[in-house]
Amino acid sequence: MGRYFLKRTGAAIITLIAASIIIFGFIHLIPGDPVYVMLGDGATPEQVALLRDRLGLDEPLVVQYLIWVGNALQGDLGQSIFFETPVTQVIREGAETSILLATITMIWIVVIGVPIGILSAIRQGSWIDQGLSGLAMLMASVPTFWVGLYLILIFAAGLGWFPSSGYPSIFEEGGLSNLRYLLLPSIALAAPNAALILRLTRASMLDVAREDYVRTARAKGIRPYRVVLRHILRNALLAVVSAFGFTFAALISEAVVTETVFALPGIGRTVVQSIMRRDYPVIQGVILITVCLYLVINLLVDLSYRLLDPRVELE
Amino acid sequence: MLNVDDIVVSVQGGPDIVRGVSFRIEPGEILGLVGESGSGKSMTSLALMGLLPPGLALTGGRVTLDGADITHLAPHQRVRREGCGKMAMVFQEPMTSLNPVLRIAEQIEEAVRVHDPDIDPGPRARELLDMVRIPDAAHQLRAFPHELSGGMRQRVMIAIALACRPQVLIADEPTTALDVTVQLQVLGLIRDLCDRLDMGVLFITHDLGVVAQLVDRVAVMYAGKLVETADVGPLFRAPLHPYTGALMACLPDPESDDPLLATIPGSAPRPIAIPPGCPFSPRCARATDLCRSGPVPLVHGAAGQTALCHFPLTERATA
Repeated sequence: MGRYFLKRTGAAIITLIAASIIIFGFIHLIPGDPVYVMLGDGATPEQVALLRDRLGLDEPLVVQYLIWVGNALQGDLGQSIFFETPVTQVIREGAETSILLATITMIWIVVIGVPIGILSAIRQGSWIDQGLSGLAMLMASVPTFWVGLYLILIFAAGLGWFPSSGYPSIFEEGGLSNLRYLLLPSIALAAPNAALILRLTRASMLDVAREDYVRTARAKGIRPYRVVLRHILRNALLAVVSAFGFTFAALISEAVVTETVFALPGIGRTVVQSIMRRDYPVIQGVILITVCLYLVINLLVDLSYRLLDPRVELE
Repeated sequence: MLNVDDIVVSVQGGPDIVRGVSFRIEPGEILGLVGESGSGKSMTSLALMGLLPPGLALTGGRVTLDGADITHLAPHQRVRREGCGKMAMVFQEPMTSLNPVLRIAEQIEEAVRVHDPDIDPGPRARELLDMVRIPDAAHQLRAFPHELSGGMRQRVMIAIALACRPQVLIADEPTTALDVTVQLQVLGLIRDLCDRLDMGVLFITHDLGVVAQLVDRVAVMYAGKLVETADVGPLFRAPLHPYTGALMACLPDPESDDPLLATIPGSAPRPIAIPPGCPFSPRCARATDLCRSGPVPLVHGAAGQTALCHFPLTERATA
């Protein structure tokens, strides 16, 4: 277990280094002087000189990269050009919304996708299965922004049950009841992903049900529901757990859209706005943090996989 | 005693795969069920166990074990029926027949708990591993299936099967996937358990060498029917059915100078295209027009030997 953990962590660190080089490099890959790219054509010579000095652009690229990485390791991701505040602070302001949104969405995905997938598989071919599978196909093919807009139209604008946009912090007035602001966005964000997890759970259950060891379990005379829970489900979940890593990656990109549709003050919306403002330090910082998060999540997925499947260590 | 009476297994909305098979197995007896791939051996055994895969069904006949009717009962229903005899099965593929994520102990104890809910499953699991001669049982119980060799896994499968104290053990080509030396050990173990526990065994194989070594009686299956049933000695000395005779002729003969092995021309019919009359007639040298239509008589030889044939190989046989 220990060696497996070290190997996985090592792989994650190498990935992170590669990603950091790309993130650092992209600003230099954009044609033209990065300072003009950032400030636009209307910048005064003083502004240009100031920024050039602040970013250390006169140093060789390798040195610039090392300085940037060194600062990042100390928690300094540079200054936002637009806000004139540290990038870390800009990210921190959006973090609460984004983390809560992602967590609630993941909960939806698990509590909707997995049990319904199991039900579909157990009742394979029945009208329940066909109805649910059809619904899942529909959910998986509809874009999140469309679902989001319709949810706003029906439940916010029409019925008035939920707020249509924005999110006040749970640490401010309203407390935990502010979570209702995240209900519609999290459903919109969860729908296509829950549908995919549902389909995967169902397919994986049906695959495992055909395995020889399931026949062995039946031959023992144990009850059918125990065959499902103990022998089919546990093996079927191996595939589902490994898909959570990918689901998380999908969430990151779809959250950008969802936060924009619902005007949530999250990191996704910050990125969209920063791209329009050419606020490169913020974009770089967000991408770097996202990559770290993604690697950590996948590390956790790999570790839980190891706990579920004793064969992994040998491979 | 297991009594199988004229069972039929059919594909839903399709042809019959097993077309009226009857045999009986006495305690302490090993019946070998021999046939080519696709002859219906495995489906016969799964039908007896109540484990037919979806899409296949037992559509005719009766299976009784010690007088109790077990036709159509799945294993979990048999366990919970009063006075119902026990049957267990060992499968062909030891590599895939154990759950990869559960320890050996959990997989054996699970079977123990079903059949002996009142005893401590731990010691019983160890006892079962001792019965199948697994050395260092305490250590092996903690192992996962992938940590064991094929032969060891098959022994574990046999231990799981024995957990229900079966009157009849069905072994579906249990040694086909194993090395030759390991094969011999497992065959010896099955013979020994059969004698010691006075347990009937249905041994399914396509290997006539294994048949000669292990079994007491043989049933030869072809295209979903038993074409010949006999004690193992008479079967090898004087087969009645031309198909059995042709199988014997295919065995390698060390005395022969011919570098080629004998073969049976043609191939076994598929269930959707079984010829009328005797299913073996298109490949049979003795076949006449009589064989190619109408019902085929059951002929009797000495000592309970029977065959489905118009022109059996031995003259003594009587219809």
